[in-house]
Amino acid sequence: MSDSTKLDYLDLDVKDKTFLDTTEMVLNMGPQHPSTHGVLRVILKLDGEKVLGTECIIGYLHRGVEKIGENRTYTMFNPYTDRMDYVAAVSNGLGYCETVEKLLNVEAPARAQYIRVILTELCRISSHQVWLGTHALDIGALTPLFYAFRDREEILKIFEKYCGARLTTHAFRIGGCIYETYEGFEEDVKKFCTFFLPKLDEYEELLTTNRIWVTRTKNVGILKPEDCIALGVTGPVLRASGVKWDLRRAQPYECYKDLDFEIPTGVNGDTYDRYLVRVAEMRQSVRILQQAVDSIPAGPIMAKVPKVIKPPVGEVYHSIEAPKGELGYFIVSDGSTQPYRVRVRPPSFVNLQALDVMVRGMLVADVVAVIGTLDIVLGEVDR
Amino acid sequence: MASSSPSPKTSAAAPPKPEGPKPEPWESELVTSLKQQYGSGIVEALRYMGQKYVTVDSSILPEILLRMRDAEGFDYCVDITAVHYPKREQQFDVVYVLYSFPHNERIRVKARIHDGEHVQSAVAIWPTADWLEREVFDMFGIVFEGHPGLKRILLPEDWKGHPLRKDYDILQQDKEWVQINLGIESGQ
Repeated sequence: MSDSTKLDYLDLDVKDKTFLDTTEMVLNMGPQHPSTHGVLRVILKLDGEKVLGTECIIGYLHRGVEKIGENRTYTMFNPYTDRMDYVAAVSNGLGYCETVEKLLNVEAPARAQYIRVILTELCRISSHQVWLGTHALDIGALTPLFYAFRDREEILKIFEKYCGARLTTHAFRIGGCIYETYEGFEEDVKKFCTFFLPKLDEYEELLTTNRIWVTRTKNVGILKPEDCIALGVTGPVLRASGVKWDLRRAQPYECYKDLDFEIPTGVNGDTYDRYLVRVAEMRQSVRILQQAVDSIPAGPIMAKVPKVIKPPVGEVYHSIEAPKGELGYFIVSDGSTQPYRVRVRPPSFVNLQALDVMVRGMLVADVVAVIGTLDIVLGEVDR
Repeated sequence: MASSSPSPKTSAAAPPKPEGPKPEPWESELVTSLKQQYGSGIVEALRYMGQKYVTVDSSILPEILLRMRDAEGFDYCVDITAVHYPKREQQFDVVYVLYSFPHNERIRVKARIHDGEHVQSAVAIWPTADWLEREVFDMFGIVFEGHPGLKRILLPEDWKGHPLRKDYDILQQDKEWVQINLGIESGQ
């Protein structure tokens, strides 16, 4: 591990001796700042435009989800998970349902697994679209926001047709899916795939070789692979640093082992590489969608689970590859209808810790770029 | 929902179900060598649903974690959390979820501690432990010795109590925080 990851806390009263004859300034950014993606407050210690250190103040959106979980039944807690990472609600629900299924020792039927994968990959694309739009907006490109949100609408329409909700979907149930696919579901997904690939080229035309974009993102917020691992950073951020690790491949869940896709990786671990990795991931998601939608097997969509869910005494940790990284659930059961303990391991919370390492020595404007590239959702950071 | 202890509501009419799977002893080279070196410091090593976990004495916890990282290849600390069992003598389980990139394997290391007992911080082993330990402190009041800045992370500095303890009353939050601190009539 390099020295740069050494954690030292901001002591705002002690002067930094490295810069002589300069005045340090402490600047408060957020919690109501448009580029902090919610209610994140960052205290910046600056020397002119240069960032000497940061401290994140979080918790403004804390709702005590883990405590709520202890006071609800297993089924009742399911919708709460949608409200953590609210731009990727489907993934949150999938992680929770799978963990409880593991506790119950049941597996969703094949048809349910395919429906789950299709919806989760659609969700991954929509989450990356929100990231792309807002991240580009933060850096000064206005158009990608409109493009991304316009195209995301098509995904939300599929969600709405499937389960009636666009954002907090509550699409899955413990043991499978509650809804059968609607008439024309396959066609809609196929239509979306053919519609979306040219749109993705459009995004890339706007940004990939755009001089301003490249200058603002290249060599900004570099994270070395060993630092990523030491800091527990996962998801596209880890892959952009060159670590080829994706839970869909490393520890396959659902039907990912039957599907053919690649894990895009970056080289430099900078903001530009993270952009490339996420765009490439959207292409891979389309690839997964195209395969999965052609091979949805027939059969039941719910496994045999009891009406009242009472898992045997025990504890299980299970994690999935959410759009933002490893989303884990640690559930302890005491044999009753309510979980004894639900722990959510949120990717955004852990990834946000890397902010300080990434922005030290960079400019204030880069802080905005780095917060964007980490792709955090405060609902998940604070839970 | 004033009661914080989970109460089975529907157990009365349920027919007797077959016994569920039980945690079984986990035997491997790693466990054997750990037992040889630390003896009774290794409390138990179990497998449940294919997941492995080892419970160790809290005094040797830092050594075990360091060994896991350096010798056994568990280079990625996924999560640190705790579970409160108020009826037990050692009330808390501190749980470390570890993952090994080289072996694609996951294990959990657990330590049982008394209420008020301090745990050695793992920040020097994994920098990611920083916020995770702060959250455990915030929610359970477990103090991590050697942590560079142990303070509340999600809740406000002047919050009273630690909400994920089983004896934490939800109504207390309403009274202490909403009514006394914020001066809001809550109507609860």
